[in-house]
Order: sequence, then C-alpha cells, then structure tokens
Amino acid sequence: MTLLHWAIISPFLAAILVPFLYKKLRSIHTGWFVLILPAVLFLYFFQFIRTTSDGNAIQKTVEWMPSFGINFTAYVDGLSLLFALLITGIGALVVLYSIYYLSKEKEQLHNFYVYLLLFMGAMLGVVLSDNLIVLYMFWEFTSISSFLLIGYWYHRERSRYGAQKSMLITVFGGLSMLGGFLLLYLMSGTFSIRELAGMADVLITEPLFLGALILVLLGAFTKSAQFPFHIWLPDAMEAPTPVSAYLHSATMVKAGIYLVARMSPVFAESGVWLWLVAGFGIMTLFWGSFNAVKHTDLKGILAYSTVSQLGLIMSLLGIGAAALHYDYLDENIYGVATMAAVFHLINHATFKGSLFMVVGIIDHETGTRDIRKLGGLMNFMPITFTIAVIGAFSMAGLPPFNGFLSKEMFFTGMVQVLEMDIFNLETWGILFPVLAWVGSVFTFIYSMIVVFKPFTGKHQPEKLDKTPHEAPLGMLISPVILASLVIVFGFFPNILTGTMIEPAVSAITTLTVDDSHIYFWHGFTPELFMTLGVILFGVLLYTLLPKWKGIYNTIPEKFTLNSFYDSGLAKGERGAFKLTRSYMTGFIRSYLVYIFTFLIGILIVTLVVKDAFVIDTSDLASIGLYEVIIALIMVVSSITILFAKSRLTSIIALGAVGYSVSLFFVLFRAPDLALTQLVIETVSVALFLLCFYHLPPLSRHEERMSFKLGNALIAIGVGATVTLIAIASYSTKLFGSISEFYIENVYEEAGGKNMVNVILVDFRGFDTLFEICVLGIAALGIFSMIKLRMTRRKEG
Amino acid sequence: MRTNDVILQTVTTIVSFMIILFSVQLFFAGHYHPGGGFIGGLMTSGALVLLLLAFDIKTVSKILPVDYKLLIAIGLLLAVGTGAGALLFDVPFLTHAYNYFNLPLLGKTSLHTAVIFDTGVYLVVIGVTMTIIQTIGVSE
Repeated sequence: MTLLHWAIISPFLAAILVPFLYKKLRSIHTGWFVLILPAVLFLYFFQFIRTTSDGNAIQKTVEWMPSFGINFTAYVDGLSLLFALLITGIGALVVLYSIYYLSKEKEQLHNFYVYLLLFMGAMLGVVLSDNLIVLYMFWEFTSISSFLLIGYWYHRERSRYGAQKSMLITVFGGLSMLGGFLLLYLMSGTFSIRELAGMADVLITEPLFLGALILVLLGAFTKSAQFPFHIWLPDAMEAPTPVSAYLHSATMVKAGIYLVARMSPVFAESGVWLWLVAGFGIMTLFWGSFNAVKHTDLKGILAYSTVSQLGLIMSLLGIGAAALHYDYLDENIYGVATMAAVFHLINHATFKGSLFMVVGIIDHETGTRDIRKLGGLMNFMPITFTIAVIGAFSMAGLPPFNGFLSKEMFFTGMVQVLEMDIFNLETWGILFPVLAWVGSVFTFIYSMIVVFKPFTGKHQPEKLDKTPHEAPLGMLISPVILASLVIVFGFFPNILTGTMIEPAVSAITTLTVDDSHIYFWHGFTPELFMTLGVILFGVLLYTLLPKWKGIYNTIPEKFTLNSFYDSGLAKGERGAFKLTRSYMTGFIRSYLVYIFTFLIGILIVTLVVKDAFVIDTSDLASIGLYEVIIALIMVVSSITILFAKSRLTSIIALGAVGYSVSLFFVLFRAPDLALTQLVIETVSVALFLLCFYHLPPLSRHEERMSFKLGNALIAIGVGATVTLIAIASYSTKLFGSISEFYIENVYEEAGGKNMVNVILVDFRGFDTLFEICVLGIAALGIFSMIKLRMTRRKEG
Repeated sequence: MRTNDVILQTVTTIVSFMIILFSVQLFFAGHYHPGGGFIGGLMTSGALVLLLLAFDIKTVSKILPVDYKLLIAIGLLLAVGTGAGALLFDVPFLTHAYNYFNLPLLGKTSLHTAVIFDTGVYLVVIGVTMTIIQTIGVSE
C-alpha cells in the first residue's frame, strides 16, 4: 500500500469516523471535520501536476486477487489527475457549502457526510484505477452512495422515487459494463486498461469486440445521463442541493465521460464507436437543451442543462476519435475536438457547480425554486446575482467567460466533421453542426431564463414564505470561488493547457499534444458566425418565449420517456405477477402435470436424439404359467383401483396388488423380500383403512374418479416412457453383474449364508444404518405431529 | 357395553408367545436363513399389536411398561456403536468380526458382530412400529 492507495481509500476510512465525531462533538458542525479531508487530498493530488505535465504517469500496484488478474492498480496520468482534482476540489467546496446549507439541529448530518465521503472515495477509485474490475467495484459504489444521497430525505416520496429510478438505470448500465469488461478480458486475458490500449489493433478484429464496445458504452451512457437514459437525472434533483451540485453536475455524471475518454484508446479505432458516442452525444445535447426550456423548477432546468452539456462533451469525445485515423498528417487539427471536450469538462464543472449553489441559495433564502414565484431578487441578493450571471453567461457561451472558449472549440470540432471522409461522415455528418447549433440556441435561452427570471422582473412577496435576503457569507464562499475560476479560466485559458488539458488529451488520444493554445480571437471563422447566430436567435427566441412555449404541450405526456419508464416498470411488474400467477396455481395437480410432462419430454427426446431405443430378446427368460396368472391379477386390481367407485374397494385392490407383489417375490426366489412385503403391506393397508375411517363427512360421499383426458394422456405417457426406457436399458447391458463377488465371499469373508441379510448388515451395512434412521425419523415425526396437534387444540 | 372377549384374550395370550418365539427365531436365523432384524422386529411388533387388539392400550402398557421411542434410540445407538467399535481396531467403519466358539449347551457356534448391528435394526423396527401404532391409537 503506497500513499496513493491510502489517498484513494482515505474517504472510506474517514466515513467510519464521522458518526463518532457527530455523536461526541455535537456543538461543532460535523462538516468542518469532513472538510479537512478533500482539502488535503486536493493539495496532495495537486503536486502530481509536475509529473503529468511532463507527459509521465505513475503506476502503483497492490495485489488483491492476483490469480484472477485483479489488482488494485492506481494509475495517475493527465486524465485521472484532472478528474481527481475536480473530485477533491469541488468536493471541498461542496462540503464547505453544505456546512451552511444543512442545519446542524434539523438534519441527520452523520448520514449525509458518511454517504458523501463514500461517494468521494468511490469516485477517486473510479478515476484512478487501472484495473477494470476494481474500476467496476468503485463504479457501483458511486451508484449506491448516489442512491443513498438522493434518498437522503427518505420521508419524501419523490426522493424515494428518484433514488430508485437512478439506482435501476445506473445499475442496469453498470452491469452491462461489467459484461463488456468480461468480454474484453475474454479477448485479451487482461483487466488492465493500459495493456488493453496496447492491444487495440488486435482487439478490433475479434468477434466479441462490437459486443464489448456496446456494453461498455451502455454503462457510460446510463451513468452520464445520455439520451435516452437521461431521465433519472431530473428526478435525482430531489437530493439536497450540495449533492446535486457535486454528484449531478460536477463528478458522478462525468464518470461516464471519464469511461468513454479512458476507453477511447481501446475502442476508438472503430467507426461504430465514433458514430455511437458522437451521435448519442449530439442527440442528448439537443434533447436536453430543448427540454430544459420548458421547466419552471430551477433545478429541473439545471438538470436538463447538465444532460445537454454532458451530451456536448460526449459528442466531442466521439468526434475526437476521428483524429486517430489522420495521425499521418503533419498538423493534427482534428485533435481540437478532444481538447474541447477536456476543456469544457473543466468549465462545466466550474460554472454548473456555482449555478447549483446559486439555486440552493435562492431555495434556502426564499423557500422556493419555482421561477413563476420568483422575481426581482437582484436587489436583495446582489452577490448571488453576480455569480448567477457569470455562471449562466458562461454556460450560454458568451465572452469573456470560459464557456465561450470551449463553445467555440466545440463548433470548430463540429464543423471539422464536414471535412472528414471516413465512416460516412461526409454524408450524414452534416447533422452534427446543425444539431450542435440548434442545441446551443436553446442553451442560450435556458441560460437566460436561469438568470433573468428569478433575479429581474417584479418581486412577488405574496408568493414567498420568507422575506428574501442575501445568503450568509459562508454559503457564498464556494460559488464565489467557482465563479472566479470561470473568469480566470476565461481570461487565461492557457494556464490550463499545459498543465491539465494537454496531458489529459494525450491520455485520451494516445497522441502527444503540445504547444496548443486557446485564443479568444480566431479571425472571421465559421465558428464566430455560429456564435453570433446563437446569440441573435437566442435573444430573439427568449423575448418571444411566451409565444412559442406552447409547442411543448404538443407532445402528449404519454409519449415522453418518463411515462415510458413508469409504464414499463408497472407493466413489467404486472406482467411478472400475471406470469407467476398463470403457472403457480397452488394446486399440486398442476405441478405434477409439469413435472411429469417434463419427465416424458426429456426422456423421450433423449431416447430419440441419442437413437438409444433397442430391443434385444436374446437374453430373456421364459415365462411360466404362475407369472402370467399373478401378472393378470395385478393388472386387474390396478384397473380396479382406477375405476372403483368406493374408496374402500380401491384400498382393498391396492392390498391385492401388494400381496401379488409378494407372491412375485416368492416366485422369483426372494424369501426375505416376500416376508417383509407381506407384513409391510398389511400394516399399510391397515393405515389406509384408518385414514379412510377418519375422513371428514363432507368429502365422504362416494363418486367415481372423474375422467380428464390430459391426466390420462400424461399417465399413459409416463407409463410408456418408463416401459421404453426399461426395455431399452435391459437390452443394452454393458457389464456383467457384481453379484458374483457376493456369492463367492458371503461365507468366506462375512461368515453368513443368507446373502441378502449379509449384504444388508455387512457388505452394505452403511445403507441400513441410515434406513433405520429414516424409520426413526418417520416415527418421531408422526408422534410429534399428532401430539403437537393435540396440545394446540387444547390451547385454542 | 363391552362384550366379553374371553376366547380372543385366551387365544391371544398363547398365540402371542408363539409369534414372539417365531420372530426371535427369524431374527437369529437371519444370517443363515431367510429372516433378520427387520422382519423379526416386524413380527414382534405384530405380537404386540395382537395384544393391543385383544386388550386395550392401558393394559398392555401396564404389562409392558416400555417407552418405544427409547427403543428407537437404543437401537440406533447399537447400530452406530457396532460401526464405531470397528474404528477402535484400526479398521474402517462398520467392519464386522466373527469367529467360532465352543459354547456350553450350544456347541460350536459362530459369534458375529453383525448380530449386534441387527439387534439395533430389530429394536428400531419394534420401536418405530409401536410408536406409530400407539400414537395413532391414543389420538382422538
């Protein structure tokens, strides 16, 4: 265990301490203790920048299950480090914010911080693991801790609904991803991502490659809320706002992005990868931004906006995969898409984190997040308003904030699609810039809604529970830091390029990138005109918003993905219920029918398939007169049992069968068996009569067994099957009997002459030992059944 | 009103002893002739059932104050004990030993540990049969 490993699991260890701190030190908000950890971790990870910016990586292995190839391998390169810094940095800010957001008296803080620390550790594990199985383990940890955090206010029904929904969807994806990982292991024999990336050109020729690709992408898409799996994210907004800011904007939803970026070197050779990642990304971008506009809940808007921005990053990663196919070019211009993805990832974490915190402040200070109730808050909360303007303008892609830069690069990447001539991009590729542009217009509109609806316009005090006022200083620290980062990264983007972006890009594309610069001014490029168009149309549409908002009502509620999910769940439940009800009838008769039908089916099919039915008459003994007579008696009594009107007749006929069997034993020279069969048959007939005598009067009226064709067919089938099997097995005896051994040794070895008895007590006495055990258990069972029934009756 | 079963009862007292003797014969002959612990035990319990039929359960349990459940336990113990005894002589579980002895009165006789095992079977079978019949007989 190196320091790096301890750093990854330190949140888990800290989570153990939290309840003690909460119980023992009640006067201090537990968050202050928690705050130390992410801050220290941030500083710890910060020092790795020197290593990664030189293009080096650190790999440390702790053996966990070496025989299965599963080892806890921590791997730090540009991409991992970027995410680790996001997780710990924003984690620290969120913890700080939550100290002021969550009340010390009213909330169960120990639960909150335990879940949050679990989540932080799990996220660190996901981004720093090189081993796929370890990555998967931490991945599911994020799902579970996210589930717990969404359901933090578990007494609310919507929280539980949202938690369940996110759990079902992300775990579905997680399990698919595990399937993909296992397929990768089958193809390559290693769980290490680095080794897999080295084998990429071999893997692509494997038949399992496509399956692995799709399964892994399913995991990434569900986690990162890509279309059509994005529906869990808006419902996850029931979580406390610090959670939404941390998990559902900055970190967890980017786990899918991380996975796609991380697995790019393995899969990106394939055109399917490019189309799926870029296609679903751009679709999500459009759909998320389109839907964000219709919401009235601020967190709802931000949720859809997150969906849309994640789609943006995803599509850039997809397009970035094309760069691999042009690496013979001197200047690799197509690397810009990947670079834009990484840059926007950072930017999104900063501005979306701050926006969520702003919404939390509004919620906290006014008691509502509904934009229809809010208005004119600018005068009450100037600082919050400033942060909101910075965040939202950056989100809309306006200069001089960092969102503008990454949006420009995004357009660059999308426009370049038109120049590519691989994977049919030259035909359908036109969709990318078009959807990107339309999506950006909607992004502009909802960004404006987020700023202007709550903060400007008319103040409506009658609709609010509290009189709004500026948030406490502690609550503002985190969003102020994030907002200033938005500006700093906006004005000085190149402090990021060398330190963070280039190492991350070279980790994704496996190409060495250097000397890249991000400029405000590109000249009169198509991107610039696209941005101008976005602003122009955005302003136009925003002002005309009430006029065209009606289009959202044209889609009936029935056809939305949410109702599809809900009805799918309900239908699945009902279907499973019906299915179970249809065959679990509760009647033993039905179960016997299934059992016998399967018996017939399996045996007959085996006989036919194996061509095993043989009749060999050479070995048969001759049939004597007595045998024929006794057999006839047995047949007649058996038929009597079936067709007798009275139960008494059946019992006596059954006795007749039993005594005939004992006669057969006599005939076939088995005196011990004959004796035993005689006595046992007598006892069991007596017991039958006892049962008959005690039948309740209701069911005592005598009637013939009703005829059911199905039963008859199954009975005949079973009889025929068993007969066929008996004939076939008698005809194909492969070995002689071992009874010769007993005949020779019964006197010499065992000192007896009755071979049956010697076998029973000596050669195979072990069986007898347990048979008498069975008898004893049966007797005690009968004894306790009857005695217990009597005591119960007394009590009743 | 209870009828007087004097013939049945008198015959039973004689016949049940004959049955018991027959069952003991069956039991001891087991190793050389048809018979053995199982059928011997069934026969003995047949005699006891006859007693139950001729007299009533209370009378029989006064004559034979036996807890038949205990018989099951003793029988199982004998059977397992015989098997486990073999382990003391460093041979596998349930290895039997026998030899011929010149006993007074009986002359040359073979003594076999399998008989102890069979006694276990015999006792279990009596215990089981009688437990079942008595329990069902007593219950309402």
